[in-house]
Amino acid sequence: MKLSPKITQRIAKTVIWSAALLVILLLFSIIIYILGKGIPNITWQFLTQIPSDMGRSGGILSTIVGTLSVTLVATLVATPLGVGTAFYLTEYTREGIITKIIRFSAESLAGIPSIVYGLFGFIFFVIYLKLGWSILSGGLTLAVMILPTIIRTSEEAIRTVPAIYREVSYSLGGTKWQTMLKALIPTALPGISTGVILGIGRCVAETAAVILTAGSALRMPVSLFSPARTMAVHFYILAREGISMERAFGTAALLIILILIINIGANMLVNKFVAKGR
Amino acid sequence: MKIKKFGEKIPQSLFFIIALSALSVLALITVFILIEGVPLISKVGVFKFLFGMKWAPSLGQYGIFPMIVGTVFVTTGAIILGVPIALCCSIFLAEFAPKKISNLVRPAIQLLAGIPSVVYGFWGLIFIVPFIRNYMGGPGLSILAGSIILAIMILPTIISISEVSILALPPLLKEGAFALGATHWQTIRGVLLPAAKSGILASIILGIGRAVGETMAVIMVLGNAVALPKSILDPARTLTTNIGIEMGYASGEHQQALFATGIVLLVIIMILNASAQYAIRRK
Repeated sequence: MKLSPKITQRIAKTVIWSAALLVILLLFSIIIYILGKGIPNITWQFLTQIPSDMGRSGGILSTIVGTLSVTLVATLVATPLGVGTAFYLTEYTREGIITKIIRFSAESLAGIPSIVYGLFGFIFFVIYLKLGWSILSGGLTLAVMILPTIIRTSEEAIRTVPAIYREVSYSLGGTKWQTMLKALIPTALPGISTGVILGIGRCVAETAAVILTAGSALRMPVSLFSPARTMAVHFYILAREGISMERAFGTAALLIILILIINIGANMLVNKFVAKGR
Repeated sequence: MKIKKFGEKIPQSLFFIIALSALSVLALITVFILIEGVPLISKVGVFKFLFGMKWAPSLGQYGIFPMIVGTVFVTTGAIILGVPIALCCSIFLAEFAPKKISNLVRPAIQLLAGIPSVVYGFWGLIFIVPFIRNYMGGPGLSILAGSIILAIMILPTIISISEVSILALPPLLKEGAFALGATHWQTIRGVLLPAAKSGILASIILGIGRAVGETMAVIMVLGNAVALPKSILDPARTLTTNIGIEMGYASGEHQQALFATGIVLLVIIMILNASAQYAIRRK
């Protein structure tokens, strides 16, 4: 029996629509479940107290501080390197063997599993550079991890700046440096920020690389050299060792809320960028 | 004029040095993991390390074959479950979805990529593991559970890259097929998908890379037993989870063995990345 093209089309369309629906349902079921179970546990005490008794009681303040500080270090280190690389690739050189090598490196870095970043960060930052399990080691490891994301998005952003911006700037006697500072960076900023924000999202969500480099101490970190536990690591330990389900759900919900905010922010920037580009 | 040129020279070299950061970091990662791992591999022997059946660090036995098998099984399962759904979804976004809907679905899929992997693992532990234990047998913590979680986690990668490669096709292809009287689905199956083949292939390879490299979600649902799995309902251990579980307390030779596991992982990932990049460039 051979089905007519019209019927095949109808079947295919149904299958494709249901697959898309399934993906959306999956996403919502995960998010709503975690938020539903977790939000009731997010109280003022939960946000402002330091965990006690291994996380069985108290809040998660030190892990919030841990997440923020590790992420901050990573972003501060990776952004100049990533954006600088993007400028080199687009403005300072011609396509050739060097750009190929740099792009290949960035793409390879993007594929390396986070646990391998963890191994590297542990042996290089923690042991070899003697930074110990610390915010600095964790932040630097994450910086390496988000570098390819920032390079790629910044490069795309700079490439989409219309050629006329450069031409006008050069024709007015602007140097390369001036053109970059005054014409390219302001125009490409939303695109560049999107990359940075996506990088922040990855830092907040990361567990494997951080647990091996920043450690899992629950004390409040006091300097860049203090060990710290991030929220994702805290959630992992609470859930896996069954220490406190309420606090695990609360931490997970807070993580999801953060990721939601980060994603919405990135999307708004992209939309602004697209609107500007047209 | 000369001063101006000089001023221009400084940033140029500075940017060059900055641009070398990705390359130097890649080199550092490779070198440091090799330095830590190679001595153990050469002590145990490449063959015995890769194909040894016993992993017993306390007895000095380091064979990672069960974990290689675990990684292959879990990843294969994830691909079988995830790829058809992901491809349908990318066709949906590129061809069928009205603009209003695709503008909502796209950020949702991006969000799916942003959810922390530990949250996926936790969700799997609460819903999928008990389901498998109650309705299919076994301990629940199993290859199947790992495959399902990874199938969900690789969706965003495959969907977004395949969608882009379908959208990047010249509109002429579609118009030509329509002009010949083909239905929309015939056009997709007969013209668009074959034309976007290399991009779709690359997306699947990158999805495989993500599945092979994922650690935390898999640790939570896979059971982590170091034995050769006999069915998909058995627990298993992957290369990544081997590192993730034991790095916390390993020292000395044992730690080196985990770095050696990392080398194997890195080699697999490098091969996958290189083939994905090859597939993308082949067009």
